[in-house]
Amino acid sequence: MKRAFVGLTAIAAAVALIGCGKEEPKKPAAQAPAAPAAAPSIEIKIGHVGPLTGGIAHLGKDNENGARLAITEANAAKIKIDGKDAKFVLVAEDDQADPKVGTTVAQKLVDAKVAGIVGHLNSGTTIPASAIYNTAGIPVITGSATNPKLTEQGFKVVFRTVGRDDQQGPAIASYLSDTKKPKLVAVIDDATAYGEGIANEVEKTLKAANIKVLPREKGTDKTTDWKAILTKVKGKNADAVFYGGMDATGGPLLKQGRELGIKAVFSFGDGACTDDMTKLAGAAADGLLCSQAGLPPQAADKKFLEAYKKAFNVDPILYAPFTYDGANLLISAMRKANSADPAKYLPELAKSDFQGATGKIAFDAKGDRKDAEMTIFTMKDGKLGPVAIIKGGKTTDYAEFMKAASPAPAAAPAAEPAKAEAKK
Amino acid sequence: MVNGLTLGAVYAIVALGYTMVYGIIQLINFAHGELVMIGAMVAFTVINLLAAAGMPPLMVVLIGTACAIPVCMLVGYAMERLAYRPLRHAPRLAPLITAIGVSIILQHLAMLVWSRNVLAFPQIIPLTTYSFLGAVVTGVQITIVALCFAMMAGLALLVYRTRLGTAMRATAQNPQVARLMGVDVNRVIAATFVIGAALGAVAGVMFGTYYGVAQYTMGSVLGLKAFAAAVLGGIGNVPGAMVGGLLLGVVEALGAGYIGEISDLCRYDMLAASLGERCADGGHFVLFGSNYQDVFAFVVLILVLVFRPSGLLGERVGDRA
Amino acid sequence: MNRAKLLWPGIALIAISLLLLPFALSYAGTAWVRIANFAMLYVLLALGLNIVVGFAGLLDLGYIAFYAVGAYVYALLASPQFGLHLPFWVILPIGAAVAALFGVMLGAPTLKLRGDYLAIVTLGFGEIVRIFLNNLSQPVNITRGPQGIAGIDPVRVGSVDFSRSDSLLGVVFTGSMKYYYLLLLLLLAIVLINVRLQNSRIGRAWEAIREDEVAARAMGIDTTGMKLLAFAMGASFGGIAGGMFAAIQAFISPESFVLVESVMVVSMVVLGGMGNVAGVILGALLLAFVPEILRWTVEPVQQALFGKMLVEPEVIRMLIFGLALVLVMLFRPAGLLPSAVRKRELTHERTEP
Repeated sequence: MKRAFVGLTAIAAAVALIGCGKEEPKKPAAQAPAAPAAAPSIEIKIGHVGPLTGGIAHLGKDNENGARLAITEANAAKIKIDGKDAKFVLVAEDDQADPKVGTTVAQKLVDAKVAGIVGHLNSGTTIPASAIYNTAGIPVITGSATNPKLTEQGFKVVFRTVGRDDQQGPAIASYLSDTKKPKLVAVIDDATAYGEGIANEVEKTLKAANIKVLPREKGTDKTTDWKAILTKVKGKNADAVFYGGMDATGGPLLKQGRELGIKAVFSFGDGACTDDMTKLAGAAADGLLCSQAGLPPQAADKKFLEAYKKAFNVDPILYAPFTYDGANLLISAMRKANSADPAKYLPELAKSDFQGATGKIAFDAKGDRKDAEMTIFTMKDGKLGPVAIIKGGKTTDYAEFMKAASPAPAAAPAAEPAKAEAKK
Repeated sequence: MVNGLTLGAVYAIVALGYTMVYGIIQLINFAHGELVMIGAMVAFTVINLLAAAGMPPLMVVLIGTACAIPVCMLVGYAMERLAYRPLRHAPRLAPLITAIGVSIILQHLAMLVWSRNVLAFPQIIPLTTYSFLGAVVTGVQITIVALCFAMMAGLALLVYRTRLGTAMRATAQNPQVARLMGVDVNRVIAATFVIGAALGAVAGVMFGTYYGVAQYTMGSVLGLKAFAAAVLGGIGNVPGAMVGGLLLGVVEALGAGYIGEISDLCRYDMLAASLGERCADGGHFVLFGSNYQDVFAFVVLILVLVFRPSGLLGERVGDRA
Repeated sequence: MNRAKLLWPGIALIAISLLLLPFALSYAGTAWVRIANFAMLYVLLALGLNIVVGFAGLLDLGYIAFYAVGAYVYALLASPQFGLHLPFWVILPIGAAVAALFGVMLGAPTLKLRGDYLAIVTLGFGEIVRIFLNNLSQPVNITRGPQGIAGIDPVRVGSVDFSRSDSLLGVVFTGSMKYYYLLLLLLLAIVLINVRLQNSRIGRAWEAIREDEVAARAMGIDTTGMKLLAFAMGASFGGIAGGMFAAIQAFISPESFVLVESVMVVSMVVLGGMGNVAGVILGALLLAFVPEILRWTVEPVQQALFGKMLVEPEVIRMLIFGLALVLVMLFRPAGLLPSAVRKRELTHERTEP
């Protein structure tokens, strides 16, 4: 099912590529027939890195599509930089989600003299690669690497449009403690950088809220047998369980927990906040709480959603709106600085105050997004639906948030189809 | 405990595959774990198809298993024929290295066929739980343990009561003499591989049904643990594999459950005092938690090999390996 | 006669081309110099493993553990983790020594074991080391667990920083190029040690142990000491390679030291020819460049033919590893460039031990 989906994505992307290729010469002709033919043009390369092969290739492609859409639109808008017609080119590279390959392709992009980079997808590849970009002085914006350490390295060129693990962890933890009011929580992780990272943040928040937390239990990213751990959790009568890990291990965890008769509320981070949970855990998945960094794709700007759908013939999966914004941020900073020279537009990028598809974006001193949003989902009847948006420590009900996001009353019903789509 | 037994039963059946092959040609078939994986994947594919057609659950699982067994037997036979038989007289290192190679190849071929994604087992078997001495037991668990013992008995019958079994034991003792006595050694070895593969297939289906998931990487870890179980019981020894498997399963389950508490230094008053605030207000200072679960199998393996290379029930001298 | 005449010009030619290689590569992109650096790291690893597997005949499937130990020693002594920033020429020997210690730790209890038992124990050892590195973030944070250690210092010699570009006499040396020369120097030293070892008393003692341990002991060889020495030496090379890896990457986490990497190094040794230094180098270079070559060929070809990726290069790479192991064992058991002794031994039909 998923395989067919990836295949579809690939085909769609290929079709879209051909489509774009054809569209490009047409559009300018239609919009600006009187464009002076003699105007000098410059080619500005923007790099994108994500895993295009391997287990999360579909997410990598989704990210790339987001950046690609921004670039196609920028080209259609006929931007002038330094008096020249700017032609943006996307250089897409594959890092296979492997840190070693990540640094190699980072070097490749530096060699290719790209003006800026959108990516990488994983924190594990983004962190080592960021050192190379920093040495070369080329700005990099990631739309999906959530590890706090990325921006703690003191690199001036690193930015992210997505929230950090230490924003997401507290979000799900505070939602859990506010709505379910547990007394004792078991925190489990899969001993990966992601899983442990988010579990640590959850534990910290819960403890700060005076909720007792059991000593951490750990599996691995291949664990299928959680019963030993769960039996212990059951023995301690924990009334909530948080698991930091991916869906492939979270599914069995949830299922086995219910088999053992654990009644506690289960909550997961974004790695296990996928529709696959129904398949992996079956009926046991009902009532699951989980969080995703940022707004759900279907809550993104409607214009973006439509353009994405039109260009690639699929809906954005996860982080595409964030890479779309990332690419747009680069372009808008270049416009403001009137230069594609990284040294010149970097200060503008840091000062960005930008209305993107994922809302208003401004960076703090580290390059993190100020007031990043987090979304809490719940599983009901085999479908994940957003229930709340958390921003700056404030929880907003999802329905109210959507209403507030579309001020015109006429737009409110229009948001419904998007929501329904998300449930698919 | 019950969970450990169930897991141990699966280990035991996989360990049987290792032990049989090793008993006869002293080869560690590194690729055995991949056979288990292929068994689970084939069964899942069939089961998913049939379940969608709305057949009764028990039938579906049986048909799935019935499809998985011949596929695994075929792969097992091909493996023996292509990668191991030509090296029967080569030095020890050679078949071991081909075994690693075969394991890599099978794993990635499986990935091409079934993709990287986790296959989910359809929720067709109703969840029946029984309370037994305070522990929760599911129907699937009982079935697995029962099946495990049944297969064990069947295998013992095969080895000790049939002509093939006699030929196997003869080959294990001395292939040359067995050949002189009119035993077709090549056929016996191939048969051993095929039986081991069939056991692997069953283990794969059991493992998959029990946990509800299967993935192309599942074979390697399972294979390693089962190998540790085989060594623990005494490799080359059929009942040994059984005992080793069950023991390892229980040790793992209990270890993951309790070692964290035992090694929580805050339990010990004297240490807790010196740790001060880390232990204050219900804090913990856990040295080894469940995160070391996978270490147990390896530590057991190393300890057994170093101190009692013949295993618990084995009589063979470790140095022969 | 003729061969001897050609020997020195040949060596000179190879030396010059190795010295100029980074310039040629950086013409194609600095990324290629990086790739060459990683390839050299693999050559270092393969040469280290060759001592254990090729010379002494002890199959080690957990070799990557020593690489990990070296990398972590470097990372802990030259990063903000403990606030230590020792220079690399202090750390590399420490890393080598610690790795050697681990080698002895693995070797000592397994002295009795041979062949397949040893293989499985070393495999377990490799996994244990990785699991510990992955979990030593609590209760006391030593390795930062799966989060990995970032901000590792680059190699610095005087005022020359290996992570930056410098120009000397008008020639620009990028960071990767400097690492290339440093690695080349290390490699040269280790190749020399390897070659010298092979023909020394120690090398012959290892060979004797490999052929027949009991007979070797009867001949008065200290088999215990020699086996431990093999483990320690092999491990120390792995430790040095690990230290360099940490310096080049500036970020390490346990996921770089998984079982597959061990298998890859074993494949390199087996493919090239166990026990033959030139063969092992060839094997390592071949397998290290394969993924890059595949990236440049398989992807575009498939994109052109089918419009999408059917078989990922990563999968092809692993299939090639697997096939290489099986086919080499079946048809060329001594490897592509077999060592003289191995060739005799492996082509000779032997009966059950």
